[in-house]
Amino acid sequence: MSLAEPPIAKAPTIPQRAPSLETIGMTKVFGSLVALDDVSIKVAAGSFHALLGENGAGKSTLVKCVMGFHLPDRGALRLDDEEIEVKNPRDAQARGVGMVYQHFTLVPSLTAAENLVVSRADAPAVIDWRREKKALEAFLERMPFRVPLNRPVSSLAAGEKQKLEILKLLYLNQRFLILDEPTSVLTPSEADEILGLLKAMAHRGEITVAMITHKFREVEAFCDEVSVLRRGKKVGGGKVGALSTRDMARMMIGDAAIRQSAARVKAPKSGRALEIAGLTVANDEGRDAVAGFDLQVRAGEIVGVAGVSGNGQSQLVEALSGQRPIKTGQILVHDQNFEPTRDNFDRFKVFGLPEEPLKNAAVPIMSVAENMAFRSFDKPPIASLGWWLNPAPMRAKSRELIKRYNVKTPSTETPIRDLSGGNVQRAVLARELSGDVDVLIVANPCFGLDFASVADIRAQIIDQRNRGAGVLLVSEDLDEILELSDRIAVMSGGKIAYVTDAAGADRTTIGRRMAGH
Amino acid sequence: MDSGAPAAGEVSGAVLPAAPSERAASDLALRLRAGSEYVAIPALALAIAAFLFSLFLLAIGKSPIDFVDNIWRGGFGSGFSFQNTLQRSAPLILTALAVAIPARIGLIMIGGEGALVLGGFASAAIATPMVGVVAPWLTLIVMASAGVAVGALWIGLAGFLRYARGVNETISSLLLTYIGVAIMNFFVEGSLRDLSNPNKPSTRPIGEAYMVGKIPGTDVHWGFLAGLILAVGLQILMTRTTFGFAARVTGGNMRAALAQGLPVGKLIVACAMIAGACAGLAGFYEVAAIQGRANASLAAGYGFTGILVSFLARHNPLAIVPVAILFGGLVAAGGLIQRRMGLPDATVLVLQGLIFVVLLTSETLYGRFAIFKTAASKDRT
Repeated sequence: MSLAEPPIAKAPTIPQRAPSLETIGMTKVFGSLVALDDVSIKVAAGSFHALLGENGAGKSTLVKCVMGFHLPDRGALRLDDEEIEVKNPRDAQARGVGMVYQHFTLVPSLTAAENLVVSRADAPAVIDWRREKKALEAFLERMPFRVPLNRPVSSLAAGEKQKLEILKLLYLNQRFLILDEPTSVLTPSEADEILGLLKAMAHRGEITVAMITHKFREVEAFCDEVSVLRRGKKVGGGKVGALSTRDMARMMIGDAAIRQSAARVKAPKSGRALEIAGLTVANDEGRDAVAGFDLQVRAGEIVGVAGVSGNGQSQLVEALSGQRPIKTGQILVHDQNFEPTRDNFDRFKVFGLPEEPLKNAAVPIMSVAENMAFRSFDKPPIASLGWWLNPAPMRAKSRELIKRYNVKTPSTETPIRDLSGGNVQRAVLARELSGDVDVLIVANPCFGLDFASVADIRAQIIDQRNRGAGVLLVSEDLDEILELSDRIAVMSGGKIAYVTDAAGADRTTIGRRMAGH
Repeated sequence: MDSGAPAAGEVSGAVLPAAPSERAASDLALRLRAGSEYVAIPALALAIAAFLFSLFLLAIGKSPIDFVDNIWRGGFGSGFSFQNTLQRSAPLILTALAVAIPARIGLIMIGGEGALVLGGFASAAIATPMVGVVAPWLTLIVMASAGVAVGALWIGLAGFLRYARGVNETISSLLLTYIGVAIMNFFVEGSLRDLSNPNKPSTRPIGEAYMVGKIPGTDVHWGFLAGLILAVGLQILMTRTTFGFAARVTGGNMRAALAQGLPVGKLIVACAMIAGACAGLAGFYEVAAIQGRANASLAAGYGFTGILVSFLARHNPLAIVPVAILFGGLVAAGGLIQRRMGLPDATVLVLQGLIFVVLLTSETLYGRFAIFKTAASKDRT
């Protein structure tokens, strides 16, 4: 390691070791909403701290105050026991406080090396690439993990991108890392690897980490301390070993009752609900993202499709739901040829629950009532004569669904974008699951949702299975697949690599198959 | 003013309020609150543009007050000038609808000028062999149909290219405008030229007997009424029919529309064709009610002003009518401004351009003012 020239990015003012960070009485009010209420949290130097809380609990607001995106109304920030003022993200960066966001902030068309160099505030107008590359190599030598430097970021896997995001912070000499749900885009093994590396670095005193998360497993496996927020207040916390999952869950959700997963019962229907044979689908670049995909889903069965993100799962779901043309192959529903058109969705009772419903299944500017009518607007009683639209039955139906599925909305006329993520998903769920379902196609249904919504939505999926629907569940969350599925299929390179009964499933084998071995 | 709203929201989430009238009232209040933003921000944009234009006038040594005075007198002040304004607003309503309908399905079509020119030309061309042979009423119906059909095909082509080949509809519809004007010129200066008129290349005049008349008791031709009826009709089409619903779903989120199995391609082409039909109809009225023949005067910029009208009306067919009348007044007063103030005709274009730039900038203001927000949207952090 002595061969290295000093890294060009070195900023002499930042200490080369892990700092501690403390918020004191942090308070932030938005209009009538108290987003943060007197939150004091201390993250010790060289520790891995977890920030737990439901959506809207104030975790994001807290880290945004630390990062200088928001100015707190009250409260102070202490870095290494010295009060500091952070007015904007640049101040935070100058103090060595950096953040990895939930979604990637890399430039996809640039290589990893280019991304690193341009992220520097002092990047020169003319870059001496040979010198920079050498400096980068030297920098990577000292890092516990590395990424291919000369490939465009768009060709990197999600795990590599996430590593690059973290490397970027280290390259900029940031020693206090804030991670916002860093594993939501990673496979379990990638997540474990990255969190393990960060933990080791923290314990060596090189960095201090604060991580926002929903996942108890990660907290227990990797974190030293935890703070729990609820409705803007700090409601508890402590050493990780001293708290049980049950304790943390109770702090997080308070007294709200979590719906128990419905028990599995034998379904009243039988037969092959969904059969996919030799499906080939091209991605946006014209390459076959799904290549010869075969899978059967029986009635009353949940088949979970696990896989590393980017192995054709999204193209598979898009093809099944009519968002992407099918190149070759066949889809059969109850042994009849199925093409994804509106008539067929109704005739074969095929329904879908996509990830990020606001992006895939709802029109943000249309009202809750209208969004709930997407399946039924062209049928009586909402449509008369086949073309005239009656708003009254539309609202009546929507009111009924809002009540039955416990959607929290001020009114049926509220634009759906004003609802929280969990309530948007509940509204979509109400629309898709209120009738008789034969086939249900589900993709990452709980992505980014809070604890209570997740339990709710999973219970609904199990309920559909018990009523005889064949459920295809495509998810990047292996825990979710293990919890819900009757059978598990692993997707790799656009086809099924491995199928096993959930009862005898082995995490390690699944992980190995996901990685393509 | 918000103290009661969040509480009401919480209540209605769990148990919906019992009295339907109360619920309807709060729904209405909610919609009014949200809707007022769409009036206030364009109005603010207009005011800022007016201010900037005043600076422009002062810079060239003219009085903004005189300008407003002349606009008023030339466009709105008397029965005569207001009728002139309505006359000019007729094609603006139609060309604005030609922008508004595709906008509802997520397309920015700016080719109304081309559809207007070609529609008008088709009307005049098909009338040429019919004049003096076929009865006027039948001739007019054939002319209108030709104008509507050609306009619909012209913008429909841009819609088809968008859906089938992914060609940017804004660019293609704009370029199709130049092609449309060139096609008209080709025939007007060539095989269809009226040789008895040596000054300006035109088709043969259809003659007084074959012209569309005025609305009785006014100086305004029937095209204005057609615009009104179409504006109301298209508003109903977009809000109260399954077609309009499907189009709004497609425009609001293409992925959601595909996942619902909606016939996205057909909807896009249909909306583009409706747009072209409106602009083609405007062309028909320009020929059959104003010019009496097709020539280069058809490309008078109504298609482009219509873009501005539709954006200012936020692509709402009903709001297009008053906005079109406002701009019809600007166009109508152009001559007076030229004579009285010694300003060139293009001055009005400067004003229109300023309005458009400020208006597009003002798009970024939506959602920034707390006063328009409802309880639910405020709770999001």
